[in-house]
Amino acid sequence: MKARHKRFAMIAAALAAVAIAATLVLNAFRSNLVFFFTPTQIAQKEAPLGTNFRIGGLVEQGSLKRTGDGLSVSFVVTDTVNRTPVAYSGILPDLFKEGKGVVAQGKLGSDGIFHADQVLAKHDENYMPPEAAEALKQAGKLNEQTGKTLVLPPGQQP
Amino acid sequence: MIPELGHLALILALLLALVQGVFPFIGAARGVPMWMQLGLSVARGQFVFVSIAFCSLSYAFYANDFSVLYVAEHSNSALPLQYRLAALWGGHEGSMLLWASILALWTVGVTLFSRHLPAEFRARIIGTMGLISIGFLLFILLASDPFERLIPAAMDGRDLNPLLQDPGMVFHPPVLYMGYVGFSVAFAFAIAALLGGQLDRTWARWTRPWTTVAWVFLTVGIAFGSKWAYYELGWGGWWFWDAVENASFMPWLVGTALIHSLAVTEKRDAFKLWTVLLAIFAFSLSLLGTFLVRSGVLTSVHAFATDPRRGLFILVFLGLVIGGALTLFALRAPRVGLGGKFDLQSRESMLLANNVILVAAAGSVMLGTLYPLFLDALGMGKISVGPPYFDTVFVPIMTPALFLMGLAIFARWKKTDLPALALRLKWALGVSAATALLLPLVLGKWTPMIALGLLLALWIVATAAINLRERLRQQSFTSLSRAYLGMLLAHLGVAVFITGVTLVKGYEIERDLSMKPGDTTQIGGYVFRFEGVSDTAGPNYQAARGVVRISRDNKEIAILSPEKRLYTVQNMPMTEAAIDAGLLRDLYVSLGEPVGKDAWALRIYIKPFAHWIWAGCMLMALGGLLALSDRRYRRERAAAEATP
Repeated sequence: MKARHKRFAMIAAALAAVAIAATLVLNAFRSNLVFFFTPTQIAQKEAPLGTNFRIGGLVEQGSLKRTGDGLSVSFVVTDTVNRTPVAYSGILPDLFKEGKGVVAQGKLGSDGIFHADQVLAKHDENYMPPEAAEALKQAGKLNEQTGKTLVLPPGQQP
Repeated sequence: MIPELGHLALILALLLALVQGVFPFIGAARGVPMWMQLGLSVARGQFVFVSIAFCSLSYAFYANDFSVLYVAEHSNSALPLQYRLAALWGGHEGSMLLWASILALWTVGVTLFSRHLPAEFRARIIGTMGLISIGFLLFILLASDPFERLIPAAMDGRDLNPLLQDPGMVFHPPVLYMGYVGFSVAFAFAIAALLGGQLDRTWARWTRPWTTVAWVFLTVGIAFGSKWAYYELGWGGWWFWDAVENASFMPWLVGTALIHSLAVTEKRDAFKLWTVLLAIFAFSLSLLGTFLVRSGVLTSVHAFATDPRRGLFILVFLGLVIGGALTLFALRAPRVGLGGKFDLQSRESMLLANNVILVAAAGSVMLGTLYPLFLDALGMGKISVGPPYFDTVFVPIMTPALFLMGLAIFARWKKTDLPALALRLKWALGVSAATALLLPLVLGKWTPMIALGLLLALWIVATAAINLRERLRQQSFTSLSRAYLGMLLAHLGVAVFITGVTLVKGYEIERDLSMKPGDTTQIGGYVFRFEGVSDTAGPNYQAARGVVRISRDNKEIAILSPEKRLYTVQNMPMTEAAIDAGLLRDLYVSLGEPVGKDAWALRIYIKPFAHWIWAGCMLMALGGLLALSDRRYRRERAAAEATP
C-alpha cells in the first residue's frame, strides 16, 4: 500500500508541475502578445493607449526630423490615407528610408504621438515588412509587387 | 548545357531514389539478399548524380551564368568567388538542393559504416532514407527547380543579399543542414526498428553515434549562426528568438532529449517507445525548420499564394512523413514493449524529467513561433510574439533541468537514495550558492537573475568536479571511458554557456551616442576616441570607415574600424561592426548614420564574457565528439571489418 501511495503522490506532483508550467507558459504568452494596428485604425481610435503594439506603413517623404544631438528622431508613418507621428530615440536601422516600409513597436501617448522603442525595417530593398504591406493593403493602395523581376544596373537592357 | 546536365542528373537521381525507396523494403520483407544489396549500390549511385547536379549549379555560379534564373537572382559578377559559390544556398531552390545533397551524403555514410548491422535492418534504413530523398527530389523537380532558365539572359545578377556576404554564409548553412539532415538517420533507424520489430539495447547502441554526430553538427551550426548575427547585424545581439532561429532551436532541444533518452535505452533497455517518438519528432522538426526558413512563409504566409504548388507539396510531404511515422508507431508500438523497470528515485526517472522538460521547452518555443503564423493564415489579424515571452518562459522551464544535470550524474540506475545523495552534495550546493550570492556584489550589481545564472553554472561545475573526483578514487584517469568524459565536457560546456549568457545580460553596457571627430567618451573604465570617418571601397561596395581608438589608464588597447557599407548592386546599406574580442569582455563599436555636420551616431557596447556563449557551445560539441570516440564503437567497427 505504501509504495502505491507514494507512486500516487509522485504522479499527482508531476501533474501539478505540468499544470503550473502550462499556466505559466500561457500567461506569459498572453501578456507578451504584441498586436498590430494601422495608422487608419489609430486615427479611428481603435488602438489602445499605454500598451505596447506595432504599427506599420510607409515613412512619409520629408517627415524625418532630428533634434538635439541627432539621436532623437521623429517621423510620420502613413498608410497613404492616415498618418501617425512617431518619436524614437536611438540609431535607426540600415534600411530605414523615407518613402520605404517600416514597422515600429512602442506605445501610443495621449498626445497622439507613437513613442517607439523599436524600429524595424529589414531584409532587402525590395522587401516590404509584412505589417507595413498589410497597412497599405488595408488602405487599398498596395501595388502588387512582382515576384520575379530582376534589378538591373541602370542603363542596361535585359 | 551544364544546367541541363544538372537537371538531367537530378531526374536520374530521382529514379534511383525510387528504386532505393522500394526494393530494399520488399527484399527485407521477403528475405531476398540481392534486393537488399541493391539498395546500397543504388544509394551510392544516387549520391553521384545528386553531386553532379550540385556541381552543375556551383559551376553556373562560378561562371556567372545569368541565363539561369536562380543564379541571376542570387549572384552578381562583382561578387567575390567564395560568396558566389556560397550563394548557391542563398535562396530557396538552392537550399533544397543542398538539403538533398547532404541527405545523399549521409546515406552514403550509412552504407559505408553499417556493415555490422543485420542485412534486413540495414536495408530498411537505406529504404527509409530513399523515401525521404524521393520527397525532396520530387519537390525540387516539380516545384523548385534551381536550373530554370531565364530567357533572355540577364546582363548581370541582382546580387546576393549583402547581409549574407560574410564568411558565416560559407559555413553556417551547410553545417546546420548537416545537423538537420543528420536526424534523418536517427529517424530511419527508428522506422527500420518499428518495421522489423527489433527495438532493444543493441538498436540503441547502433543509433547513438549517428544521433550524436548530427547533434554535434546542429550545435556547431546554431553557434555559428548566433556568432554571425552578433557581429553582422551591427547591434550586438546574439539571439533574437526570431522565428528562423527558433526553427533550428526546436530540433536541437528535442535532439538533446533524444541523445539522453538513447543513453537510457542502451544502458537499461527502457524508454524505448519514448526514444523512437523523439527520433520521429527530432526529424519532423528539422523538416519543419527547413521549410519554415526557406519557403518564404515567415515573410508572409501569403507567399505561398504566389506558388500554391510549393505550399501544398510541403504540407503533403510533412503530413506523409509525420503522419506515416506516427501511424507506424501506433501499429507497432505494442509489440516493442516498455522495457526495464525502474524506481521513482533513480537515474532513469531523472533523465525522464530532463526529457519532459526539454520537450516542454521545445513546445513553448513552438507555440510562440507558430501561433502568429496560424492566426495570420486564418486571417485573424497580425500579432507578434517577442523575446519577452521566450525570456519569461524559458528560464523557469530550464532551471529544474539544469539543476537535475548536477544531480543525475550521481544517481544510480534502477534505484538510488535521494536523501543520501543530497547529503553527499551539500557542500557543492553550499559553495555554489554562497559564491552565486556574493560574486555579483563584488562585480558591482546584484540581481536575482545574475545570482540564479551563476548558481546553476557553478552547481554544474561543482557537481561535475566531485563526480570526477569520486570516479578517480576508484580508477585511473586513463581508464575512464571517453563516453563519460565526453558527457562531463558537454555539461561543462552548458555551464560555460550559462555563465556567458548571465554575465552578458547582467553587465553589458550599451551606449548610442553622436560623436564628432576628436570626441571622447568614457564607458566602463574605457576611453573611446572617435577619430573620424574616411571613404574606402571594397569589391562590390563603397564604405565609410570610422576609426575609434580605445584606451584604458592612458594605455591604448585597440583601434577599431567599424564600417558603413553601401552595396552598389542592390543599393543596400550595411553596418559592419568592429569588435575587440577578449576572454573577459568584448568591446563592440558600430557606425550608425551621419547626423549633422561631421558627426556620426555610434553604438559603443561593452559585452562581458560574450565569447563564453559560443565557447560553451563548442565545448558541448567537443564533448559529443569525445563520446563518439568511445572504445565500444571502435570495437564494433573493428569486429565488423574482421568478418567480411
